[in-house]
Amino acid sequence: MSTETEFSTIGKRVTKPDARDKATGRALYATDLVVPRMLYGKILRSKQIHAKIKNIDTSRAQRLPGVICVITAEDTPKIAYGFGKDNLPLKFGKVRSLMDEVAAVAARTPEIAAEALELIEVEYEPLREVTDPFEALKEDAPLIHEQRADNLSMVFDYVHGNIDQGLDESDHLVEGRFDVQFIAHSCLGPCASIAEWQTDGTLLMKTPTQVPFLYQRDMADVLGIAGSQVCVEQPYIGGGFGSKLDLYPYEVIAALLAKKAARPVKIEYDRQEEFLYSPVRSPMVMDVKTGCTKDGQLTVRVADIWSDNGAYNSWGAVTPLVSMQTASALYRVPHVHFYCRIIYTNNPYGGAMRGFGNPELTFAIEQQIEELAEICGMDPLEFRLLNANQPGETNLAGMKITTCGLSDCLNKSAEEVDYKKRMTEVGSDRGVGIASAIHVGGGARIYPSDGCGVIVRINDFGKVSIISGSTEIGQGSDTILTQIVAEELGVPVDWINVVNTDTDVRPWDVGVHASRTTFIAGNAALKAAREVKEKILETAAEILKEKPGKLTIKNGEIISIENPEKKLPLGKAIRSKHFRQGGSVISGEYYYDPPTVHQDKEWRGNISATYGFGAHAVDVEVDRETGKIKVHKVAAAHDVGRVINPVGAEGQVHGGVAMGLGYALTEQIQLDSGRMLNPNFTDYKIPTTMDIPEVVPIFVETNDPEGPFGAKGMGEITMVPTAAAIANAVYNATGVRIKSLPITPEKVLNALKAKEQK
Amino acid sequence: MTYPIELTINGEFIKLDIPANWRLIDVLRRDLSMTGTHEGCGEGDCGACTVLVNGQAVSSCLMLAVEANGCEIQTIEGLADGDILHPIQEAFIEVGAIQCGFCTPGMIMTSKALLDKHADPSEEVIRRTLAGNLCRCTGYEKIVSAVKAVSSKLLNQTDSIAE
Ligand code: FES
Ligand code: FES
Repeated sequence: MSTETEFSTIGKRVTKPDARDKATGRALYATDLVVPRMLYGKILRSKQIHAKIKNIDTSRAQRLPGVICVITAEDTPKIAYGFGKDNLPLKFGKVRSLMDEVAAVAARTPEIAAEALELIEVEYEPLREVTDPFEALKEDAPLIHEQRADNLSMVFDYVHGNIDQGLDESDHLVEGRFDVQFIAHSCLGPCASIAEWQTDGTLLMKTPTQVPFLYQRDMADVLGIAGSQVCVEQPYIGGGFGSKLDLYPYEVIAALLAKKAARPVKIEYDRQEEFLYSPVRSPMVMDVKTGCTKDGQLTVRVADIWSDNGAYNSWGAVTPLVSMQTASALYRVPHVHFYCRIIYTNNPYGGAMRGFGNPELTFAIEQQIEELAEICGMDPLEFRLLNANQPGETNLAGMKITTCGLSDCLNKSAEEVDYKKRMTEVGSDRGVGIASAIHVGGGARIYPSDGCGVIVRINDFGKVSIISGSTEIGQGSDTILTQIVAEELGVPVDWINVVNTDTDVRPWDVGVHASRTTFIAGNAALKAAREVKEKILETAAEILKEKPGKLTIKNGEIISIENPEKKLPLGKAIRSKHFRQGGSVISGEYYYDPPTVHQDKEWRGNISATYGFGAHAVDVEVDRETGKIKVHKVAAAHDVGRVINPVGAEGQVHGGVAMGLGYALTEQIQLDSGRMLNPNFTDYKIPTTMDIPEVVPIFVETNDPEGPFGAKGMGEITMVPTAAAIANAVYNATGVRIKSLPITPEKVLNALKAKEQK
Repeated sequence: MTYPIELTINGEFIKLDIPANWRLIDVLRRDLSMTGTHEGCGEGDCGACTVLVNGQAVSSCLMLAVEANGCEIQTIEGLADGDILHPIQEAFIEVGAIQCGFCTPGMIMTSKALLDKHADPSEEVIRRTLAGNLCRCTGYEKIVSAVKAVSSKLLNQTDSIAE
């Protein structure tokens, strides 16, 4: 990058401001917090997967010494909440899954609370259960929510072009059924929240949410109080990945217990609870069809999907919004139909997770790309390049592709594994595979505003505070904001402090999701810093008797561009603004809401201000005896607009690829009629140090005109193409195509056997 | 029913009366407010709770506090010398091995036990040693490089002392 040398901090390996706290054990997570007078809350879950609640007897629990209060739905306002308003914090009348909250206790110690749960007697009348989404759609299926006509929670139906025409124009067509599994976020830090009612009637929640401001409103609604009565404070967060994108019943229950006990209440999960009672990544069954002309031009794509939503609608229910973009926007396809059913079952319900519907459908689409390339007799890389998205295009879904480095990502990742040569080698058990991805990179307007507010102020010693609505979940956004402000203001990064207080102080933000923080909060921070800079230079101009336009700030000093010997320490300029009659605070604020639109009824419109692209190329080895897959290398190329911080960007790639590997090979929540059989890290296998191959991050810098210093978001896309690339490499190595995740040794062996028998 | 125990934690001698079923991690976190040692699973699967007991890396969620009676315990809080960080802490920060940070104390303590014994472990040994410490954020790459960076730094130091 030629411009890189012009920057003082952008593009530099700046260390995280929170790392010192974390490396010394000083960082406080919600699990670490204890406040005076605090009680411990515990929740009694349903023992039945689907049943009427006939009676709940809490009297014995109430009498246990050390128990302060016990609550059931009867003690609550019974206001349904959640996306779809189908969930109650404590269930009333019936339970619909083993996650369901039936009663809760607040006690002096966690041990007493646990003992009290044992004393609560619940009488159930079992109902017929349904845990298979296809069964759930049948006419005689038991209803999960009686007030509804059927178990179809929602349908997402999207079309562009004309499918019949697309099929007519296709010389080749491939069809297949793909399925992806239930997985768990597996954040290392378990959930915990402390609820405390203040004397002024405000509820203070110390909680690890990713969406403090939406949370405020949701919490207020479910408690029947005003939004202004809820204040949210976020301690350090031990992993997010989408898992903390909603308000969850345990948090509302903490608030309800705290109200009744008139004391602060903490509810904290252990690992088993974390697995059993946190939302999941929902499974999907996908019937997909893709067509092309004989020279490899894509013509048509049809995706027909069944998604097992579980018993309630949380963010899992809207993941098709993004799968739909995979269908409509990955490559240029003139005729697309996407249809997805969100189906209620008695299974655990789905939440948001990194990639949000994108790795799912990419797994299918990218395998069909290779199938078509093979039929056409084309190199799959050439096939992809021929159909790749291009900069400056508005696609048929109304998405404006401004900058686009997809072709570069494909070429560079392919080169790293010697794809062209190795692709055509036959007869070895080693294989290479590649897959592309597109994901929003400039926010995603799924809420009336996709904005974030940032306030930048500077004190009279020159110390800069960034007060941002955005949330650091470990991904490094505070570092990015620091660098952006440092660059714009011309101060060293260690003069800057990101103040993470509560929602009473911080300006609004829609939350940390959709890979939006670098782009959205970054833009807000940039513009707020610009205002501060202007104010400083105005004041300095008076003192230095120079025009503000002739001044700049470098390394914390104001200097005249033309006469560099004319200079002023930053603090001096600030103080001169403070120490005078009619003085003022030097601060700047900006609310950046990207130039995007809400999608219309037909799901069209430019939902994001820019789009990220990427390609993963992998090198794998398959053991034909055991069916085991060893991944040797993953080359992960991503168009990130501009790398603000190489350490952070690489970290996102390494982390995303690791998650993609787990998704591809080992992770699966095993359910037996709604009951998770593997709620621990021994049986639910996230990758360890031993499972990680060589990962080569490659950055393609397209310098996006709308991005802060050209940057795009990149958190999620890093896990999107991994599983598809591995499946393609397995095919290249063995000639068998695995269309079901995770790609277990058993599936590989069965496929190899079936192939031999043919 | 409580039991009296004596521990030396980060060099400080401590006498306590604790319930018989308390684990070492309970003593640290609940009794002593030393929350730097994290509980990620409570089942010996994640390594977030790793501390050193007489120099050995131990999952403090698996050890009963009474078993630690008379032992020398080192936790993440005792690693830095005042404001001067331990080289492993420094390397984790410098290299970017920390994202959410929940796994970090356990990772650092396991790495310390390793480096105390082997000044120059191979990558394979580092990976094998850290295999019981789970991290969901970083993909491990930078954690492994941080440990490598420390070992070469420590080696250089001993070399220059030897010279
Ligand atoms: S908390 Fe001890 S190993 Fe996980
Ligand atoms: S940094 Fe989050 S678990 Fe390791």
